[in-house]
Parts: sequence; C-alpha cells; structure tokens
Amino acid sequence: MSPASRFGRRLTAVIGALATLSLLLAGCSGSQAEPGKLVIGVTTDANALFPWKATQFQSIAVLQNLYGTLTEFDKDLKVVPGLAESWDTSKDGRTLTFHLRSGVTFADGSAFDSADVKDSLDKIRDPKTAAVAASTLASVKKVTAPDADTVTLKLSGPDAALPSNLASVNTAMLSSDDTEKQLAAKPNGTGPFAFDSRKPSQTLKLKKNDAYWGEAPKLDSVEFRVIPDDDSILAAMQAGNVQFAVFDNPVVGQTAEDLGLNVAKTSQLSYHALQLNAKRDVLSDVNTRLAVQCAIDRSAVLDTAGFGEGKVTGPITSPDYLSDPDDRPCPTRDLDKSAEYLRKAGKDSLTLKTIVSQGEYATSVDEAQNLKSQLADANIELDLEVLESGAFVDAWVGADFDAAVALNGGREDPDGMYGRYFTSTGNLNKVAGYSSPTLDKLFAEGRSTSDLAKREEIYTKVGRELEDNAAWIWLFSGFTYTATTANVHGFTPLESGSLQYLRTTSVD
Amino acid sequence: MIRTLVRNRVIQRIAQTLLTLFGVAIFIFVMLRAIPGDQITAGLGTEAAALTPAQRASLESYYGLDKPLVEQFFSWLGNVFTGNLGFSARAQESVLDLSLHALPVTAELAVLAIVLALLIGVPLGMLSASKPDSARDGFGQLVGLAGLSIPAFLLATLSLSILASTLGFNPNGEVFVTFVEDPLLNLQQMLLPSLVLGFGIAAPIMRTTRTAVLEVRSLDFVRTARAKGVPARRLQVKHVLGNALIPIVTMTGLQLGYLLGGAVVVEQIFSIPGIGRQVLLGIQQKEYALVQSTVLIIALAFVLVNLATDLLYRAIDPRVRA
Repeated sequence: MSPASRFGRRLTAVIGALATLSLLLAGCSGSQAEPGKLVIGVTTDANALFPWKATQFQSIAVLQNLYGTLTEFDKDLKVVPGLAESWDTSKDGRTLTFHLRSGVTFADGSAFDSADVKDSLDKIRDPKTAAVAASTLASVKKVTAPDADTVTLKLSGPDAALPSNLASVNTAMLSSDDTEKQLAAKPNGTGPFAFDSRKPSQTLKLKKNDAYWGEAPKLDSVEFRVIPDDDSILAAMQAGNVQFAVFDNPVVGQTAEDLGLNVAKTSQLSYHALQLNAKRDVLSDVNTRLAVQCAIDRSAVLDTAGFGEGKVTGPITSPDYLSDPDDRPCPTRDLDKSAEYLRKAGKDSLTLKTIVSQGEYATSVDEAQNLKSQLADANIELDLEVLESGAFVDAWVGADFDAAVALNGGREDPDGMYGRYFTSTGNLNKVAGYSSPTLDKLFAEGRSTSDLAKREEIYTKVGRELEDNAAWIWLFSGFTYTATTANVHGFTPLESGSLQYLRTTSVD
Repeated sequence: MIRTLVRNRVIQRIAQTLLTLFGVAIFIFVMLRAIPGDQITAGLGTEAAALTPAQRASLESYYGLDKPLVEQFFSWLGNVFTGNLGFSARAQESVLDLSLHALPVTAELAVLAIVLALLIGVPLGMLSASKPDSARDGFGQLVGLAGLSIPAFLLATLSLSILASTLGFNPNGEVFVTFVEDPLLNLQQMLLPSLVLGFGIAAPIMRTTRTAVLEVRSLDFVRTARAKGVPARRLQVKHVLGNALIPIVTMTGLQLGYLLGGAVVVEQIFSIPGIGRQVLLGIQQKEYALVQSTVLIIALAFVLVNLATDLLYRAIDPRVRA
C-alpha cells in the first residue's frame, strides 16, 4: 500500500472520529424546558439594575418585574392602581392624594409604607440623584406623608399626566433603607418576582415573590439569558433551551413564524419619523417643511423599508388618543402641492443635512434611502449622513441636523410623549426644533384636566397643529414579534413593549 | 560571558514588552475617546438629551469623566500597576474579576481551535502533497479554499441553525459552564465554536504543510534515505514531517494572533463569555476602564504567546539555537 493512501485512510479515520465525537456529545445534550421555568432569550444584557437610571429596553423589561410603582397600566394601557389603591385630585388640581395598599412588603421582607414613597419621590426629584424621571415630576413641589397609608403631592399646577407618569419603572418605589449602590447589585422591590442571581453578560435569574400583594405569579422562575444574535436565539428556541423572545426585526419575526414558533405581532407606541429641525434656516419657513411633507408617500416607505410590517401613523400612537393618520395637509403624496409650497417659500430646491443611525434599529438606512429617492422627485435633496449609533446620539442630542431619520419611543400619555418635545420649555425642545404659543397653551390645557373626553379633544388639536405645521413628518409605527414555544401560555404583549404580563404566564 | 549575554537579552525583551504595552495603553486610551459618545449617552441613548446640566454633571462625576484626560489616563495607569483594573458599572464587578473569568474561557477556546486546526490541516496538507495535482490534491485545496473564504460568522450561524433544527443540538443556548464545573457540557459548548474558529486556521496550516512537505521531499537527504531503504512510513513521519514542522509551527504561531480577532466574532455568536466578548460589550457600553484594561491584558497575552512561539521554534530548529 502506498503511503499516500495510508494517509488518506488515516484522514478518514480522524474525520470519522470527530464526527462520532460530535454526535456523541450531541446525544448527551438534551436539557428541555421544565414546567414553571421560563427562559427568555435576549440579545443584550441589562446595562443597569438601578430603576431610576435605567432607560435601556432590556433593563426596563427586567426591572418591571422586580419593582412596584404607585400606578400601573393594564392591557389597554389605561392607568390602574398599583401600590396606590386609589388616588384623588383636589378641586383646583393642585393636590394629589394617594391611598396606599397595606400589607405590601419588599423582597427582603421589610414593610412598604408612605415613608418609602416620600423618600423615593424626593430622591427622584433631587438633581443629585440624576434620575431620568426627574423632569416628569417637575410639577411636584412638596411630598408629605400624613400617615403610613397616605401620601400627598402638592403641585405647582394641575398635572393630569402625573398618574400615568408614575406608572413608569423609572419612578419605582424603593425602600428608604436601601442605597443606590446596594440596589445596583441586588435589586429589592415589591414586584411579582424577586431578584435571584446574575452572571454579567450571560444570565439574570428572577424567582417568584411569594409575598407579592397581587395574584401570585404562575412561574417559579424567569431567566433572561443573553444570546447575542437573533439567529442563535431562534436556534436555541428550536432546540428547546429557550421558550420566549421578543424581536423587532420583521425578517426575524417572519423566520420565527416559518420555524413553527407561536408569534404574536403587536403594534407599537414607538414611531418612525423624519424629524425636521425648524430652528435651521433652511426649514424655518413652514412652506419648506410642508413641501417635504407633501412629497412623501408613507406607505411606500413602510412597504419598501419596513416590509409592509406596521401601519402608517400620525403623531399620537397611544390607543386612547390615537391620531387619524390622514389628518394632515397632504394625506397622500402630492408632488404638485409640494412644488407649490416650495414656490411659496421662494425656493426651487432644498438640500437637507440628514442624519441616520447605523445599526440602532434594522430598517433605518433603508428608510433613509427610500425617503431620499422620493424627495429627489420634488427637488429636495437629502444629504444622508449615516452614523454609528454613538455618533448619531451625539448629533441628535446636540440638534446638529436639518433632518433626522428616527425611531422614537412612544408613551401612554400624549403629554408625557410630546410635552417634553414640543413645548417651549420642554427639556427636549432643542432637539424637536419646533414650538409655538398655540402648542404651549394646548399642552397646558391637556395637563389641567383629567376628563378623558376633553383631553381627547385637546390632543386631537395638538396632533393637527403638529401636522399642519409639519413639525416632523410622522411615517409609520412597526410591530414587535413575541415568539414563544408551544408550552408557553398566558402572556399578553403590550404596545409599550412591556413584559409585565410575565406574572400571568405559565410554562407546562 | 554567555550568561551576561542571555541576561541582557532577557532584560531587553522585558523592556521591549513594557514599551509595547505602554504604547498599546496610550493608543487604546486615545482611540476610545475618539469614538463619539460616552458612557452616559451609551447608557441613556437619546434620553441623554433630556438631562439637565446638574444631572449631567452628577453622572459625569460618577463615571469620573469630569477630570482632565491626562489625569484620567495616569490615574488609570497608576491603578493598573497596583492591580486595580477598574470597575464595570454594568456588571457591578471589578474588571480584574471579570477578566479572570473570561481569560481561561478564551484560552480554552484558542487551544481547542489550534488543536482542531492542526488535526485537520496537517493530515490534509500531507494528503494533498502525497500526489500533487491529483483529485486528492484538488479535494485538499478545495477544503483549504473554503476555510480561507467562508467567514466565521456565516459558518457559525449556519452550523448552529442546521444542527439545532436537525438534531436539536444547541448547548450554546444554555448558560455557559466552565470545564471545571461540568467537563462534558463544557466540551459540548466548545465543540462548534472551536471547530468554526479552527476551520479558518486549518486552511493556512494545510497550505503551509503541503508546500513544506513538497519542498522537503525533494531534498537530497530524503532521496538518500529512500535509497537506503528506510520504510515509507518512517520516512514520511520522521524525515519529511519532522523537517516540515518548522514552517508549520511558525504559521501556527502567527495564526494565534489572528485567532483573537476571530474569537470576538465566534464568542459573540455562540455567546461564550470570553475576553473577546468582554471587549465588544465594553465598547458598546463605552465602559472605558473595562475596554482599556482588557485590551492591555490581551496585548500582554499576545506578547507572551509570541515569546512562547519563539522558544518553541528554537527547540525544533537546531539552527536557530546556535
């Protein structure tokens, strides 16, 4: 036998041995789901466990299950009692009194009372804490705790959005005995689940909180397992290691369906928009902005860049106050009107420095390119600057753009959603680039009444004012895709993206 | 005399290493700060626009961003010398502890990948060389070409989804365990990543082996040995392979450097908590101390691996020893 063929045989043997080894190892693996234990696949690790400073979606999803808030949202995003059983507003709207639930304890066993609420609200309002919700509590002047079950908020003026703002985990109630340092490592809340353990960038485990004041969760444990890649999460779901995942990329959502997983599509409060910066000379004339608005076919952007997965939208996306997407100067694309507006502005063309983020969400660059080609027909040039997400945030925060292709998070209450952008004193007004006395007045009116019908009327006006002035061009809102394996039951996805209904979820 | 010479060389080598590490430290420090965004905007995203000046100032002092750059650099470097590599706000753990967990994981991945690469590359190269320009050679070359041209991320994703859908085999969907905790599960988790990583390195090793074997075989001493009637097997292993090993070792050493780059991708896709992923996560979160210190550790490891290759080279090739 020649040496060559002997090597050939040996090579076959080596490859054979490797293959056998891998099959053998494969045969050994087989950890399937256990009843009562839910494993959620997430692409990124929670970056902060201190609820007052967490804004990242992944952190919020975890913290919502660990911490309680004074108010909560139900399935339809209506404000319902949380740690406060009820609340009443004084006639002049300047005093808000919360009646707290009794018998509530923190995960460490200590009792929850009005002193914890006062301490929490005072610390959130203190600039030294650097809490992100400080601005949403700006109307609160003084917090008092007359007895263990009552907390009174003195306001500088009526603030109908306050109960809704207090439902955010950024205003979570913490024990006055805990420090930020302790909680950043080991959360201690009043939520349906309690913190169990964490391996950074690998896994974060929660366990059932037996002392939870509400109905006891059906799951014994919830684990957030970090699997950095969407495809790897799908593979893990196929293998049965992971039972739950939320995707925002339409292609991945489709793949999950093709693989036979249960996929629930939920429309989102967040919205895609072409933000215009009216403080820039080139867009300071309302006619130039309307020229841009009329030249855009929103369905075309949704169909080409967003795979048709979503719906065309106006400014307000929350179900109670939903804007009519056609309530605007050009509900459909109208190039003649666009040219007319451009003429009125005394121009025959526009060039807009437009920032686009790369990689922050799946469809950003495609949206920008579609918009660019549509606007080119109207003699409007989008000068695209595709930026890495850090650079995009820097430019966005500094309002260093004429236009920005953006995906902005929505809120349940339209005041919380847009008050900070489009009022002249709003803390994001610099970025929004637009405000007017009319809007200031409308937002103030909206805050001063808690009558839903009246508020609906007011925010319809707000929406129309924004559209008539083409402050921004609202395009569409997309879906999220909640994928579950067949043995997962009882989860309700919310338009806010919240995972709070893990408390009603079971695995069999 | 010889002893002083050796000692001088050792001191020279250490000085060189320290200088390299200092250069790396400055480079990474400057590069990191040249990237737009800081830890505050990385954490808050566009929410950072809503911060009041007082809130921003308080966050800046929390992350130590309020000090001048030069002061930041030297206080970090000074801390490194005392063994304090910084603290990761995201993980709530010291960078030293994080690295001590991550480093062995990457080391294991690297060793397994190299072993697999050698197991695939060397026999394949010898097979190709055994009959140049034959179908057998073509097969070897094809595998080599595939290894060079298929990117690791594609191979990783493909193998993951195919194995998961056909066999239900996906230990990487489970929480990672170290070899000490559970050797069998650990090897299952390491199998695919090290194969993917190793496959990319197997290709250059295969090509080097083929060339080296062909070259050595044409040398006079091999012909002499054959003429003297040395058995084919002994000839192949001792005379040919033994002498072809030198370029193979050099190539393997070189590949170790590239391996760290590939490890970032592979660790990310297979969610292996190694040093590559630690750097990547650190960059995403703009955790300056974490990235700076981890890169310094990687640089140190790289220098040490180079040194080891050097020494191995001397052991194999008597000509270098002289």
